[in-house]
Amino acid sequence: MSTTVIMIISAVLYVVIAPFLGGFLGGLDRKISARMQGRVGPSVLQPFYDVGKLLEKESITVNRFQDFYVVCFLIFIIITGALFFAGLDLLLVIFTLTLASMFLVVASYSSNSPYAQVGAERELLQMMAYEPMVLFTAIGFYLVCGSFSVMDIIRYDGLPAVAVMPLIFVGFLYILTIKFRKSPFDLSMSHHAHQELVKGMSVEFSGRTLAAMEVAHWYENVFLLGMVFLFFINGTLLSVIIGVVVCLLTYFLEVLIDNCAARMKWQFALRSSWLVALVLGFVNLMVLYYL
Amino acid sequence: MSLIAFLILFPLLVALILLVAKQDGIRDIIVKVAALVIAAASIVLSVTYFKSGGETFAVHNELISHAMLVIEVFIGVVIFYLGIKYKKYLASLLALIQTPLMVWFELAVGKNIEVINNMYIDRLSIIMILIIGIIGTLICVYALGYMKDFHHHNHDMKDRRPWFFFLMFLFLGAMFGLVTSNNMMWLFFFWEITTLCSFFLIGYTKTPEAIRNSFRALILNLTGGLGFALAIVSAGVYYGVLDLDVIISAGAMGYNVSLVVTLLVFAGLTKAAQMPFSSWLLGAMVAPTPTSALLHSSTMVKAGVFLIIKLAPAMGWGTLAGTLAMLVGGITFVLTSCAAISQSNAKRVLAYSTIANLGLIVACGGIGTAEAVWAGIFLIIFHAIAKSLMFLCVGTTEHQIGSRDIEDMDGIFEKLPHIAKYMVIGICGMFLAPFGMLVSKWAAMKSFVDSGTPIMALLIVFGSAVTLFFWAKWLGKVLAVVAKTDNIEANVPKIEGGVLGTLAFLVVLACLTFPVISSSIVLPYLEAVFGNIDGLALTQNNMIIMVLMVALVILLLVIFFGKTKKRIVPIYLAGVNEGDDRTYIGSMDKDVQFTLRNWYMDNWFGENKMMAAGYVSTLVVIFWIMAIVVGGVL
Amino acid sequence: MSNTVKSPWVIHYDGSSCNGCDIEVLACLTPLYDVERFGIINTGNPKHADIFLVTGSVNEQNKNVVKQIYDQMPEPKVVAAIGICACTGGIFSECYNVLGGVDKVIPVDCYIPGCAARPEAIIDGVVKALGVLEQKRLAMKQGGNTPAAAEEEKEA
Repeated sequence: MSTTVIMIISAVLYVVIAPFLGGFLGGLDRKISARMQGRVGPSVLQPFYDVGKLLEKESITVNRFQDFYVVCFLIFIIITGALFFAGLDLLLVIFTLTLASMFLVVASYSSNSPYAQVGAERELLQMMAYEPMVLFTAIGFYLVCGSFSVMDIIRYDGLPAVAVMPLIFVGFLYILTIKFRKSPFDLSMSHHAHQELVKGMSVEFSGRTLAAMEVAHWYENVFLLGMVFLFFINGTLLSVIIGVVVCLLTYFLEVLIDNCAARMKWQFALRSSWLVALVLGFVNLMVLYYL
Repeated sequence: MSLIAFLILFPLLVALILLVAKQDGIRDIIVKVAALVIAAASIVLSVTYFKSGGETFAVHNELISHAMLVIEVFIGVVIFYLGIKYKKYLASLLALIQTPLMVWFELAVGKNIEVINNMYIDRLSIIMILIIGIIGTLICVYALGYMKDFHHHNHDMKDRRPWFFFLMFLFLGAMFGLVTSNNMMWLFFFWEITTLCSFFLIGYTKTPEAIRNSFRALILNLTGGLGFALAIVSAGVYYGVLDLDVIISAGAMGYNVSLVVTLLVFAGLTKAAQMPFSSWLLGAMVAPTPTSALLHSSTMVKAGVFLIIKLAPAMGWGTLAGTLAMLVGGITFVLTSCAAISQSNAKRVLAYSTIANLGLIVACGGIGTAEAVWAGIFLIIFHAIAKSLMFLCVGTTEHQIGSRDIEDMDGIFEKLPHIAKYMVIGICGMFLAPFGMLVSKWAAMKSFVDSGTPIMALLIVFGSAVTLFFWAKWLGKVLAVVAKTDNIEANVPKIEGGVLGTLAFLVVLACLTFPVISSSIVLPYLEAVFGNIDGLALTQNNMIIMVLMVALVILLLVIFFGKTKKRIVPIYLAGVNEGDDRTYIGSMDKDVQFTLRNWYMDNWFGENKMMAAGYVSTLVVIFWIMAIVVGGVL
Repeated sequence: MSNTVKSPWVIHYDGSSCNGCDIEVLACLTPLYDVERFGIINTGNPKHADIFLVTGSVNEQNKNVVKQIYDQMPEPKVVAAIGICACTGGIFSECYNVLGGVDKVIPVDCYIPGCAARPEAIIDGVVKALGVLEQKRLAMKQGGNTPAAAEEEKEA
């Protein structure tokens, strides 16, 4: 099979499978969280029920534009993941992710709701907080594997990237908490009950729009775990298995952190993420440059 | 050649006519026709030389050189006089050093040096000529409407519009000369004219603040001019050469010309408003907006980065000039981007972002590899179009809502729907994939990583994160839909709306056609300069994906934007929303009106903090490099 | 069972309750009663909510608030009045400022009496309300028109 065919197949597989996988992971998250709190918790299929219900709700919106942005958020998150799983350029993937996130932020701004706007501002702040570390991660892969292309990184047959960039991996895990919207960094909107911003960014989304946002998050989470996977892959079957296991462990770790931590202030989110990027990311990068 | 001469002399002629044409109607016609002619001429020129990729022209003429010298002396005298008149003795002093130095050099050394080609045209000049010829003239046309409004809003100010348009067109001519001169003496001549134009235009309103800022710009640019003069003197005295291309290729081949190159880079840094010389560009924001758009974003500051990009083959990590450009550019990029966060004045945000982008271009030039220069050239192109659009949008908005503060742009999406959309295009073009600048930033990122030092990677990574923040919060402000806002767009002069629309169209066009621009103009240029080019940051595939994404966004916008069958309901306000989405009944049964404000984080990214850090670090770099360079020569 | 019944999100509003019922409502969310078993989430945002839980009576001050929260919830939606005050006004019904139960302002689908209503009663009441919710969903699907939209049409 030619490379192009493989690329297309894996991208299509992602588009088809990711929502199920992401939704299922979301369900697991809620189940595990419940168990950690000594509760029974909902069914693991609960996220699907939620989205199913949202699709049946009445269509209302606050202005003519907001829902457009949310749908674009969904579309571009899917494109992000598809580009990633098709094995294209990692920077391209990251920039597309930024575009997608920007649509979500703009959707929140567009409603002109105080809660949504504060949520949007915090989301921007979080983006500013995690962006350096994400870019360092991409640069790390480039220095190790000699290419930004995800395909080349997967085919790279040396030691798995994590062996030479362990600090970057830890740093990436740190900002992954922001990306997964878990405590202590669920500043902009939260899956949990009340928070001080009502629902933050998503306060004015309802019905189908909210469902689109949820599905987008499923896609996003699968893509993020794909990034984690990339640290472990080196073309062998064993590395694939290890990679999948580590992804699941990572997800569990995030759930655990979520249940252990209180929400922090934005100052902490920004300061600590940048510090992590500087200390873990940059130091690891120096090592890669000079050794 | 005749076309180039036409492009330099025709604006001059128009400028002189405009100086005497006092009536609005006549001026309108002259400016519009002249704009059309200049734009057409620059397109014809680019088509003419497109195939051959350029030519060099000997143009030996004693008369031209002498005329330039006379004008330079005249400029020197004018600056000296103005410096004394306004008690800015530093400006006088700089003129006093520079002018005699150049006269001495020309009479004692310069006249013995044979310059092979006085003028040239290559693909980089073609790009610059197109930018100046199209964007520059569009801004002049915009200025027609804007300046009328400007004097309408400021009655007490003396209407000196003939002088204003004289300067604008004089400036265009000088820019054309600047990007086609190979003789460093000639280049310097045009360089000084742009400085002078900028000085007069900043001081246009003659308020104390304007005068202060115009002199600051003059002094800092004269400092750079002094660097340029010294570069010429050292090139002439040490190497007996005044051809820019000879110097560059000597540097590229590894001959030690670092003194000349470093001094030229120094001059470029001042013109491109890099730290620690950045303050003049911020001060220049007191000038009427078309000035800011033309001089301080899309063209004049581009003269500085143009020179640095030209010098790129002679630079790189390890060469002194390269290190200077990389570090100063990189540091400027990060710190001014941070400072932009703390600003709510739209023009200041634009100014800081301009400095930041120029920093990025300077750093690209400093890295001096083909891929870095590719990024640099695309930064120049996208920045010129998008930034001029942004400036003009802010100018129009300011006249309509009476403020240039971003916080006062509440509801602009409904008030000025078209202007707001143009603004959105401009903002997206400045920072968001897959539009414009991000393409070049992507390439820049790769070349920064390849530059040979992790410091550059560090700088661009943090700089990008910060850039995202300050643009996005502005974008959010523009796109917020405030219910029940009146549309006041009918007040916008037609001519302004037309120019803005054209620029917005150009931004989109550039985003859609950049792979073609790359393969037809930029890559051949790089091939000519660097020989073989392998491993550009963006493969053709990636470029096509970017373009497809732009197309997708446009398609989605056209089909779905603003269309909904859903019931439109009021927003949730945790209190009874009174129906206007802006007032709710608070807990004490009182009406509460809310206002939304952005984050500025002054404690984190305060202007003074960033400037202090930037001045210290860049000064250290400059003195360090200069010490080595001068030490190496002595 | 449809998705609507499996994923009821609630919003809780305290009219002028003595907080007794409020505490019981929140008790339902604790691990002991764990209503998330049924997919119930307390959203605090009417635009996300399917079930409106009101405690306490309605008075002049809060009647607009109650009405607006109800209006802002997308169809299909149900209202549960929790506690005797929310049902009828309870011991406060004679107060000069109290209008009475929640049904004076918005249509109530499920009355859960008690002072305070016990968590078991609240859960039972919400489950009853879910039945109503399902009926409304089916009606909406068949009618094609949302009740609110129909109302608008009638006004026009």
